[in-house]
Amino acid sequence: MTLKLGIFYFLAAFTVWAAAVVVLGKNIVRAAVALIFGFCGMAALYVLLDAEFLAAVQVLIYVGGITILLLFAIMLTSRIGATTARVVNDQVILSAMAAVGLLVGLIYASTSGIPAMSGPPRLPETTPFLGRALLTTYALPFEAVSVLLLAAMVGAIILARKE
Amino acid sequence: MMTFASLVERFYAAMAAWGIPWIVPTLIVMVIVVSVVLAYISVAAMFMIWWERKISAHIQVRYGPMRVGGWHGWAQSIADGIKLLLKEDLIPAGADKVVFVLAPMVVFGATVAAYVTIPWAPGLIVRDLNIGILYMVSISSLVVVGIIMAGWSSNNKYATLGALRSAAQAVSYEVPLVLSLLGPVMIAGTMSMGKLVEAQSGRWFGVLPGWFVFPQIVAFLIYFTCALAECNRLPFDIPEAESELVAGFHVEYSGMRFAMFFLAEYANMFVVSAIATTVFLGGWHGPWIPLPGLPREVAHGLFGLVWFQVKCYFLIFVMMWLRWTLARLRVDQLMAFAWKVLLPISFANLIVTGLVLVLGKQALLYVGGIAILLLAAILLAARPAARTVRVGERT
Amino acid sequence: MIPLSHYLILGGIIFSLGVFGALTRRNAIAILMSIELMLNGVNLNFIAFARYLPQTMLQGQVFAIFVITVAAAEAVVGLAIVLGLYRNFKTVNVDEINLMKW
Repeated sequence: MTLKLGIFYFLAAFTVWAAAVVVLGKNIVRAAVALIFGFCGMAALYVLLDAEFLAAVQVLIYVGGITILLLFAIMLTSRIGATTARVVNDQVILSAMAAVGLLVGLIYASTSGIPAMSGPPRLPETTPFLGRALLTTYALPFEAVSVLLLAAMVGAIILARKE
Repeated sequence: MMTFASLVERFYAAMAAWGIPWIVPTLIVMVIVVSVVLAYISVAAMFMIWWERKISAHIQVRYGPMRVGGWHGWAQSIADGIKLLLKEDLIPAGADKVVFVLAPMVVFGATVAAYVTIPWAPGLIVRDLNIGILYMVSISSLVVVGIIMAGWSSNNKYATLGALRSAAQAVSYEVPLVLSLLGPVMIAGTMSMGKLVEAQSGRWFGVLPGWFVFPQIVAFLIYFTCALAECNRLPFDIPEAESELVAGFHVEYSGMRFAMFFLAEYANMFVVSAIATTVFLGGWHGPWIPLPGLPREVAHGLFGLVWFQVKCYFLIFVMMWLRWTLARLRVDQLMAFAWKVLLPISFANLIVTGLVLVLGKQALLYVGGIAILLLAAILLAARPAARTVRVGERT
Repeated sequence: MIPLSHYLILGGIIFSLGVFGALTRRNAIAILMSIELMLNGVNLNFIAFARYLPQTMLQGQVFAIFVITVAAAEAVVGLAIVLGLYRNFKTVNVDEINLMKW
């Protein structure tokens, strides 16, 4: 079990490093590439949590869809080597204080607010269960989300269309 | 049963009996499997490159490579590979070096990772994940990320244009590709590659083999079209169109890094053919005869291995054949084809498959009636539009 | 067994990094990326709870699926807005787009 813990620490460090590059990096494209690595690290963490289906969906939608769209937008709006002198606005100190305060609160809540739990050694296969749950218990939110996606698609087409 | 998994289990047991911690045999198995897969990819890619040159030459009434190695120039790819390895590895001065170096690794790594769930023969699969087909589709989408990284970091307008086109194309064609794979998944009720093959062991009407290509012929054609686009093969090769973009995203790459892109391209062709073979063409199923002196499972496994390869390379041959038969599409034609033709058809296929699965044979009646009504409605709606001629417009 | 609090703290770190980025970055696309990070931190918590509390019947994973869907919709609309901004202002730095400010 110590090996699993070691893998967790490695993945956690990798993901946090990638997230830090996304947030603090000067070059926007490198930030997007780091975001891709961060998403992949997250997917690996999901596998560690016995959520293989979510991991595959994470890679398919975040890496294959959203980050490609982001890179597309970056290439349309900036040029290579365009490292602007200032990547942050004037509220750095205030924002840092807010973020650190939030982090301290979250760590306090996660360590002392929740009793130590240990789940089952291994979850049974989750994918069929998820499919059934989405079409029975969660049928209404499922349909609502499809309407939301349709609305987003129509909205994006109207926004991005040339007059 | 002599399967790959049981061999590995036996190896683990033997190592455990010797008192070696389990991490050592795990690492040994990993290294062996990765080496075998990498060796297969390199040999298969070199063969495919030579094969493609011969096929294109024969279609154009030429001979192609004839000299290197003697018999029909079989060593041409090896010579080319050595040349690429010895060439100078250039990084353009204006390039973003980190991303430039990382890009071919991402492309190659994503392609190799897809080999994990290819079912080569009965019981011979690196890892039969229960989300196998979803895993393969999602890991293949990483290739596009590598292509965009390569195109952008080269700091070359042709490379960037190629990468942009590739991103648009991949995002568009991924949707019908995944939808077309859902039909067979619904019939088989599983996403595991091994179980998908096993679900095709029966027979349709007692004559045809139980492959999913027969009930899902529409899905197969959609899948194959989208797979051509995912591999950037003609007629969908606008990301690297040599006559307009020089070579697209890898124009600035040379030497070993270019070789990695090249290898990954052919390895990816094999991956999409392997998915098509597994999901639609019955995987390793095929006629086999018991060989004298060999146990039943081993003979079945050997024949399965051969059948899988035959089907895959037939599909690859069709891809190469299409390259010299069809002309390249324009960008707008390409996008319109994906969104206006392939996507509606794959949705219709999905709905029909679901109806037939739920309602049984009588669904075909309903579906046929609805289809005829729809067709009539479309024809009626299209008729007046064809006659209208706007003022000032040429007829 | 990895303690649940490890996952929660990791999710918290990623969420806070996302908050910092969303509050400070000037590039609108970078702000979008930070928001995606925040959503990922939340997803990690959801899935960790689904793993450690099996009596919840995988509610966490179902919620994570909805979060991913909404994130996709958000990214699409956000990028359309960014492209519209770039067309009108020739910049995507949000602190230079201050036409409605006084």
